[in-house]
Amino acid sequence: MDQFAVKVFVRLRPSVLDPAGEATKSASIKLGAEGIKSLRIGKMIEVKIEGNGENEVREKIDLLCYRLFANTVIEDYEYSLEKL
Amino acid sequence: MDNFTVGIVVFPGSNCDRDVSWALEGCLDIRTKYLWHESSDLSDVDAIVLPGGFSYGDYLRCGAIARFSPLINALDEFVKSGKRVLGICNGFQILTESGFLPGALVANKNLNFICDDVELDIVSSKGGWFNNGDEKQTIKLPIAHGEGRYHCDSDTLKKLIDNELIALRYKNNPNGSSFDIAGITNGKGNVLGLMPHPERACDETIGGTDGLFTLKSLILK
Repeated sequence: MDQFAVKVFVRLRPSVLDPAGEATKSASIKLGAEGIKSLRIGKMIEVKIEGNGENEVREKIDLLCYRLFANTVIEDYEYSLEKL
Repeated sequence: MDNFTVGIVVFPGSNCDRDVSWALEGCLDIRTKYLWHESSDLSDVDAIVLPGGFSYGDYLRCGAIARFSPLINALDEFVKSGKRVLGICNGFQILTESGFLPGALVANKNLNFICDDVELDIVSSKGGWFNNGDEKQTIKLPIAHGEGRYHCDSDTLKKLIDNELIALRYKNNPNGSSFDIAGITNGKGNVLGLMPHPERACDETIGGTDGLFTLKSLILK
């Protein structure tokens, strides 16, 4: 069995308004940061997972992302995978 | 109808289950039964309410974890059999997460948790959940949510409109919902999800009775 560290990034789709991102952008500007054109907030999920090779682990992570981690009506996801 | 029983699903974090029971039993004399979310036996209930609250602490997304409970798995057959399911607030979120209804509920546009009475236009008579005669009708129900902004893509919105699946629209959209949507039904009409709380509008002493009709319609065949 191989073990992998997976980082999943879940983001609101570009077409979905992100009010928390807008509020944080507003605070960033109040802090004095200049030049911020856009600020959107997502989630990062870290998973350690075992499997027989990368392909099997990718299948498991794809299922988790599609069925649980992200709601594809409003969110996109991507992930990176590192063999431990 | 004497034995007609409405199952009220209780998740960890549900907090409107007792309100729904009070409204059904106390105001409408309809028998209720609490259903723990780990149960999958729906054989002795005739309709189901998914009440409001914060199932599983709204972790990940509202309704995302509740979707995987044994009870929600069993709900598919229940819905297919034509029995009625009403999802209120968090119950609506669970119904969209689990795919019984299209779209999703996301954070209110202004980020406020909104607790207020809202005016709603009854749009569709599908499923008989609302008392709309020939004339356009408006009702007033309370809302209480932080993530009630209905969102769907333009194709889904067109399908909702074309198939008359939009049940309720806000008169003064409080949360930024697409097309002012406050509640929708499935194609058959036996599943209704809405953000407003009909169970909190069942007695004049607490501000109105506009929610009675919807709860009463749970016993419709």
